[in-house]
Amino acid sequence: MSAEIKPKMRGEKVSVHYGDKQALFDVDLDVVDRQVTALIGPSGCGKSTFLRCLNRMNDTIDICNVDGHITLDGRDIYHKDVDVVELRARVGMVFQKPNPFPKSIFENVAYGPRIHGFVRHKDEFEEIVATSLQRAGLWEEVKDRLDAPGTGLSGGQQQRLCIARAIAVNPEVILMDEPCSALDPIATAKVEELIDELRTNYTIVIVTHSMQQAARVSQRTAFFHLGYLVEEGNTDDIFTSPTDPRTQDYITGRIG
Amino acid sequence: MTSDHIVSAFDAELTGLTSRISEMGGMAERLVDESVQALARRDVDAARLIAARDKHIDDMQREIDESAILTIAKRQPMAQDLRTIISAIRISNDLERVGDLGKNIARRVIAIEGLALEGRFIKGIEHIASLSLVQLKNVLDAFASQDIDAAERVWHRDDQIDDLYTSLFRELLTYMMEDPRNITFCTHLLFCAKNIERIGDHATNIAETVIYQATGQNLVDRQTTG
Repeated sequence: MSAEIKPKMRGEKVSVHYGDKQALFDVDLDVVDRQVTALIGPSGCGKSTFLRCLNRMNDTIDICNVDGHITLDGRDIYHKDVDVVELRARVGMVFQKPNPFPKSIFENVAYGPRIHGFVRHKDEFEEIVATSLQRAGLWEEVKDRLDAPGTGLSGGQQQRLCIARAIAVNPEVILMDEPCSALDPIATAKVEELIDELRTNYTIVIVTHSMQQAARVSQRTAFFHLGYLVEEGNTDDIFTSPTDPRTQDYITGRIG
Repeated sequence: MTSDHIVSAFDAELTGLTSRISEMGGMAERLVDESVQALARRDVDAARLIAARDKHIDDMQREIDESAILTIAKRQPMAQDLRTIISAIRISNDLERVGDLGKNIARRVIAIEGLALEGRFIKGIEHIASLSLVQLKNVLDAFASQDIDAAERVWHRDDQIDDLYTSLFRELLTYMMEDPRNITFCTHLLFCAKNIERIGDHATNIAETVIYQATGQNLVDRQTTG
């Protein structure tokens, strides 16, 4: 990667073991600031494992062991002094299935700012909830029913609610693990449009099984296979003329 | 092709496109070859039949376009597959133009019926036509075998046709100056020569497409990067 592109996050020689089984092998990958990086590859290739290393979600799995270095703005996120809760506020996450809390729409978004304690007053909460819902493209659809339960929204709306919840704590990086796999094409298009808007303010890493989605939403694409990073580069190049035959075989539907 | 797709119908669609391009190429080659032969023999009846055959090439192009579009819609092709399909569209477009140019030569055979002719006028046309046809044949072979070196050779050899066209132009101009009665006939031949020269251009277009299809690079970029 050329010197002038500054990485927001950097993985160096990242290896991950689940017990005896090694899931990732010496992965070197930069995540460029305010760009969308797509991680693609067949099931079990290690892409979600790598994604979960970026905000230490793997810490919650006892048998999981991460080696190598991962930095955020040049600082090692696995350093013993790092506060994991604070890290996850800076590196937020959106999951495959929309998982709103069984609370009101308002409380879903206000939850993060409340537990992190950086908002105290009622009108501040109202402002942050409104801004987050607007940025997530959901405001117009829910502004008259903020007290309704978040679980009562449609699947696509729930996913955008989860994105609003993630951005309410003002993260720098947003990790998305197949955010559209449970959504219909219209809801998918809305989320993709949202990702494109969000990248002016946030760095985004997205795991997706849809080649077309990776080609549409990302600027960089990394292809994982059997735990190795096979190829990484400009999305336009990866999907028109990849250099590694394994990438070519995967994106054209020759290996699964 | 590297290996088979998981969806075998996709392979069948791509192979179908490729083989139809080769078939269409053969049709265009024959049409041009026979047009020039009809010109040399001044065989008006043959020329009429040849000109009518261009319609088959046009139909073929439409079919290739339609199946390429359908495959894009159904499979959302990526990388080499996408390049194969885009290349099929481009090459069939070039071959359709080659067919038109061949038809144009056949029509001139009809237009010059009954005009006085000297055999030496035709020789230069036959020469440039044989060169263009070799280019067309070689590039179609390069397409079928995805041989980028052969495609590059075709691309470089186009200069010969251009040079030959320039000298043919002068030669025909000389005949016209020698005797103004030659003007009508030689003007028709000049247009035939121009058509043949353009067939050579389409062969080099196809050569560029073959290189793009195989490598994902444009020929000009390849040459600057070495």
